[in-house]
Amino acid sequence: GVSKPCVHSLSTLLDTPTLSVHLVDVKSETTAHLLLHSLCWSSSSCKVLLHFVNQSGMKTSVSAMEGESLLEVVINKNLQIDGFGACEGTLACSTCHLIFEDGVYEKMEPMADEEMDMLDLAYGLTKLSRLGCQVTVERWMDGMTVRVPQEVKDRREKPEAEI
Amino acid sequence: LQVVMQLFLTVCWLLPYSLATCGLFSRRLSSASGPGPKVCIVGGGPAGFYTAQHLLKARDDMVVDVYERLPVPFGLVRFGVAPDHPEVKNVINTFTQTAQHERCYFYGNVNVGTDVSVEELRKAYHAVVLSYGAEANRSMRVSGEGLAGVFSARDFVGWYNGLPSNKELQPHLNCETVVILGQGNVALDVARILLSPLDLLKKTDITQHALDTLAASRVRRVLIVGRRGPLQIACTIKEVREMINLPDTAADMLPADFESISEALKDLPRPRKRLTELMMKTVKTESGQHKANKSWGFRFLRSPLEVLPGPDGKRVAGIRLAVNKLEGSGEDAKAVPTGQTEDLECGMVISSIGYKSLPIDPCVPFDPRSAIVPNNMGRVKDTAGLYCSGWVKRGPTGVIATTMNDSFDTARMLLKDMDSGMLNLSVNKPGGQEITALLKERGVRAVSFPEWEKINLEEVRRGTAVGKPREKFLDVKDMLAVAWS
Repeated sequence: GVSKPCVHSLSTLLDTPTLSVHLVDVKSETTAHLLLHSLCWSSSSCKVLLHFVNQSGMKTSVSAMEGESLLEVVINKNLQIDGFGACEGTLACSTCHLIFEDGVYEKMEPMADEEMDMLDLAYGLTKLSRLGCQVTVERWMDGMTVRVPQEVKDRREKPEAEI
Repeated sequence: LQVVMQLFLTVCWLLPYSLATCGLFSRRLSSASGPGPKVCIVGGGPAGFYTAQHLLKARDDMVVDVYERLPVPFGLVRFGVAPDHPEVKNVINTFTQTAQHERCYFYGNVNVGTDVSVEELRKAYHAVVLSYGAEANRSMRVSGEGLAGVFSARDFVGWYNGLPSNKELQPHLNCETVVILGQGNVALDVARILLSPLDLLKKTDITQHALDTLAASRVRRVLIVGRRGPLQIACTIKEVREMINLPDTAADMLPADFESISEALKDLPRPRKRLTELMMKTVKTESGQHKANKSWGFRFLRSPLEVLPGPDGKRVAGIRLAVNKLEGSGEDAKAVPTGQTEDLECGMVISSIGYKSLPIDPCVPFDPRSAIVPNNMGRVKDTAGLYCSGWVKRGPTGVIATTMNDSFDTARMLLKDMDSGMLNLSVNKPGGQEITALLKERGVRAVSFPEWEKINLEEVRRGTAVGKPREKFLDVKDMLAVAWS
């Protein structure tokens, strides 16, 4: 009974701030945290621990809310992944591409055709790839690690003498 | 001693704070003239803004100026992205944040190459990034290309999207069949706009003159022609799915085109495999259904030979196509003419065989064959301090994420050159101040970002009045009048 209203009110709260890539609506985030503390303090069900490995291999751990999308987690927690979520979660690009762990991927909700259409255009597509805007944080995901595709930028780089 | 210590500590504690405040103030007032690297970007489209975004984020002493020929920013996000794809235009929010950054300046209405030269920019800035895109189109090079009713997709898209230079296009949609040459996403955008129900388009930011023309359209059939086969098609699956889902419009494919490819299917990479499967599924489910009033279809293995005139000799009445066969397989398969030809009747031909960059300035290297600025990972060949990103760097292909990554790459390369000393930052550069003075001398007035925001507000206001997200200004003159009102 505790987790249900928590999920609902939090997701509405987190949906309202403008999903801008650089600015996090501080006020709403603070309110969300207060709400989290008042409703879920005794129950751990609302908080889910997630580990993000960014492009350069650096790991950040955050506690996410059940019901948030992974795109929202990245934005709200200010994870500074360059260019993440360019179309702001409207299934019009593939910039929120994330790679999951083997055991986790199979347990997630199946992909809609539209998600796979966009994912097919993603850099470094793998069999464990999903779009962060389409994955909702669930309780069972506690402790999972998601990876942002590594930069592949240097693979074509030629020695400087050539230019 | 204790008092002295305390005083000392207080001063120490206050000093950085007051310095920081002063720094913030002075930066706000004269950010274009202080020390620190100054970079200028030529072209205010996605490549320009993504490059600027990365540069501003990486160094907090970096000043980035963006020059744009038109008074309005965002390039092909405004003038290329289809009006019924508003989600893609969400990237404008991030570009706007970049433009509003305290170390970023937007100079619209400045034509680099005529108002100011690239040489002058190179003198005023530590580095110049060319990201001016691909403004021309590849031509079919066949006879009859100049007939009335033959358009380039680039002009047609510019017309319905309100590009000032295309406002007089006046395509007459008084024919039944339109042939589009080329099978990329632009071709599918054009096909979709031609066949979409007017009620859907009315709610988009498509220009009013396009809406009026489409309201009177007699077009019922659009054929999308490609020189190679289904396995080489250039469009992406989302756009094909949108065609399949068009209301009152049936897919008119030729089952024979797909007969021999099921064998190759299993070895394809996932994106190509899913796209092919979707087309094959459409061939199966749609054949025999003729209830819809409109239709679209792919025609494969055909190259244009000649646009055929009607009895008056002035207007297009059809197109003669060479029938091709494939040599080799997969992505690299080549189309080779068989010697056979085929004529298609149509009242309009739209060539959508690609965009093309143009040289900007004699001092900038340009490869006319591939129509790009020759570069190595964004560093322009043989020209220190000059960089490029986006279509002018890699050619006119890819989706917005491709341009984003490619622009970040160029920015990284530029930052690396600053760190390594390849770009000399020890000399102070005047940046935008010097260019502004030059422009003033030449009677050129730039449009600032706040002035664009005035245009934006007015466009949105005009749109709201007719139930659209915006009604664009089609005239540079009108844009400037609002900007400077």
